[in-house]
Amino acid sequence: MNGSTGWDHGVGRHLLGIEGMGRGDLERILEVTDRFAEIGRRPIPKVPALRGRTVALVFFEDSTRTRLSFETAARRLSADTLTFTAGSSSLSKGESLRDTVEVIRSYGADVLVIRHGMAGTPHRVAQWTDAAVVNAGDGCHEHPTQALLDAYTLREHRGALDGMSIAIVGDILHSRVARSGVLAFSLLGAEVTLVAPTTLLPPSLEGWPVRVSHDLDDIIDSLDACYMLRMQRERHDDGLIPSLREYTADYGLSARRAERLPKDALILHPGPTNPGVEIAAEVAAAERSVILDQVANGVSVRMAVLFLLLGSVPDPDDVAEAN
Amino acid sequence: MGIVLRGGRVVDSDGESVVDVEIGDDGRIAAVGTGLVGEEDLDCAGCVVAPGLVDLHAHLRQPGDEEAETIETGARAGALGGYTALVAMPNTEPTTDCVAVVEQVRALGEPAACEIVPSAAMTVGRRGHQMTPMGELVDAGVGMFTDDGTGVQDPQVMRRLMEYSTGLTDRLGHPVVLAQHCEVTALSEGGYMHEGAWSSRLGIGGQPAEAEELMVMRDITLARMTGARIHFQHLSTGVSVAMVREAKAAGLPVTAEATTHHFTLTDAACACYDPVFKVHPPLRTDADVAAVRAGLADGTIDAIATDHAPHTVDAKERPFDQAPPGMLGLETALSLALEYSGLDLSGVLAALSWRPAAIAGLADRHGGPVRPSRPANLCVFDPDATWTVSGRAMASRSANTPYEGWSLRGRVRHTLNRGVPVVVDGEARR
Repeated sequence: MNGSTGWDHGVGRHLLGIEGMGRGDLERILEVTDRFAEIGRRPIPKVPALRGRTVALVFFEDSTRTRLSFETAARRLSADTLTFTAGSSSLSKGESLRDTVEVIRSYGADVLVIRHGMAGTPHRVAQWTDAAVVNAGDGCHEHPTQALLDAYTLREHRGALDGMSIAIVGDILHSRVARSGVLAFSLLGAEVTLVAPTTLLPPSLEGWPVRVSHDLDDIIDSLDACYMLRMQRERHDDGLIPSLREYTADYGLSARRAERLPKDALILHPGPTNPGVEIAAEVAAAERSVILDQVANGVSVRMAVLFLLLGSVPDPDDVAEAN
Repeated sequence: MGIVLRGGRVVDSDGESVVDVEIGDDGRIAAVGTGLVGEEDLDCAGCVVAPGLVDLHAHLRQPGDEEAETIETGARAGALGGYTALVAMPNTEPTTDCVAVVEQVRALGEPAACEIVPSAAMTVGRRGHQMTPMGELVDAGVGMFTDDGTGVQDPQVMRRLMEYSTGLTDRLGHPVVLAQHCEVTALSEGGYMHEGAWSSRLGIGGQPAEAEELMVMRDITLARMTGARIHFQHLSTGVSVAMVREAKAAGLPVTAEATTHHFTLTDAACACYDPVFKVHPPLRTDADVAAVRAGLADGTIDAIATDHAPHTVDAKERPFDQAPPGMLGLETALSLALEYSGLDLSGVLAALSWRPAAIAGLADRHGGPVRPSRPANLCVFDPDATWTVSGRAMASRSANTPYEGWSLRGRVRHTLNRGVPVVVDGEARR
């Protein structure tokens, strides 16, 4: 893989994907996340770590949740934020991606958090700008902060991912959550099984550290965690599945199916859920479901990522003195 | 008494010998021998003197996209690459699908550094439905028809085109060539690179090899049915090469080309997400590259083409799915063929000069042996000279070469177009 992917730790400039990162890189981010999770529990969950720095949220594809999570993270670090969304943009007037990025950079953005509908766009932007780039989801490719918050959530509940058996269930083909998750979970020692009909798997899994199953019932009682992906309702129009009804019957996490999970197994979902499609509403709300933990941890992980990319001191609480 | 190409090693379809070549004032070769005397010498010491190269597949973008290329700049790039004839693809704006546009392209090509040979679309607007006025176009001198950029999807339309074309042989003087861009779009839609391990890993939608192979298979079947003369453009997969090999063994009148990028680059190049590596058909696997080279080696693939496809910087800076496919080729093809095709010198020149000249119906003036009275369409290159590829330094209006920074061996020193030196010592004069 080209050197511009992944966590360029030596330079510490970008977070483009889990691909290219090592176990040590992930663990360092998760350890720093612990510190920010603690800050998040304070009465005033705010530190001056990134005071005077500017975080630009550049969302060519709409995602309110991810944008709010990054925005909250940036504000808790006392950074200023700039928000760009495609709807408000001049892209429709023919302005190029590169021009847009250069304009945002010229407003003083120190980091560009980029969400784009096409794989690789953050990687291209990283080739053009001297600002740090964080991939907040690029098409069907990666969503590294999601994988980090998922790993953090699993670690929070289970201590470590080593030896865990994790199933990722659903539309793997179109899922950046799955691509990043597979890489992160396996780097941290988990065994990952992809569960999907063949039409919702990537055409090739060569080199992927995964097993594949087409039968959720066959493996469900051996899982430590069951990660349900959001099912886009239009997939049956694309001819990839016969119907949502058949998909839900075979791959949905119904209450009855969830009962067969081991007692301490966790249920994850990147949100927002389609209740009754990939996951039953009562399963999503069950005690073993950690979906809301994922949301809360997302802020801490993103604080850690922004801090590691932009912070110049080892401890966020020391910043006031250091300045 | 005119120019003398002095001290070079003449290599043509007859063989090779170290002789001088004298060019007459009529633009034809006046004499071949030793100790020839002329008014002006062009130093060819250490160089190969060969029939000029012929590209079966060049996008010159005019009329319509003059920001990316013009016939003038494309022809200059061609001459610098050793070409004396370029078959211009008809996916212009408007489409080259009628005599008026053919005449416009030809007129723009008249003062250019290479002979510009217009091809015409098979269907009106390249939309795959209605036949272009093929008889009228044949009368205007068009010998090659293609909807390049897309293949004719409907098998019935393709069958009728093939049948109709067979009735035009006498009018043209030789069979009309139908050149197909083989791609079943129902399978390739939503794909921006080769479908496989790399596309899966990169999260980019893929075009499976089968999208090309199904149309190669269909057209071989229809060629058997109709007897039409089919040329397969830019073959890129191992199975495509194998099917064409079999069709030739069965005696079908089919020919094929491969591009330089399909025997030098693979889909792994897309890992940097730079659309300079986006091209149709897409860069494929190591095994496909090996199959294309094997196809060149045994003659299954007759010709090396460029599929020279200039695009502006703006266009290539779009996200991978939105950026247009295509890459420059005219100024790098000879060097890449010499170094990477696996062919020896004579094989390289056969694939770049006399075989494509024959396919395009240009053998009367391009690609022929270096003999007195033949038109002096010649290229002279130093096979040992090394140079570094730079898109910005190219004569093309665009800079989208996938070989930026590569060090290549083999460089054109002189190119003669109908006896006129249009490139001298590596500098374009036209």
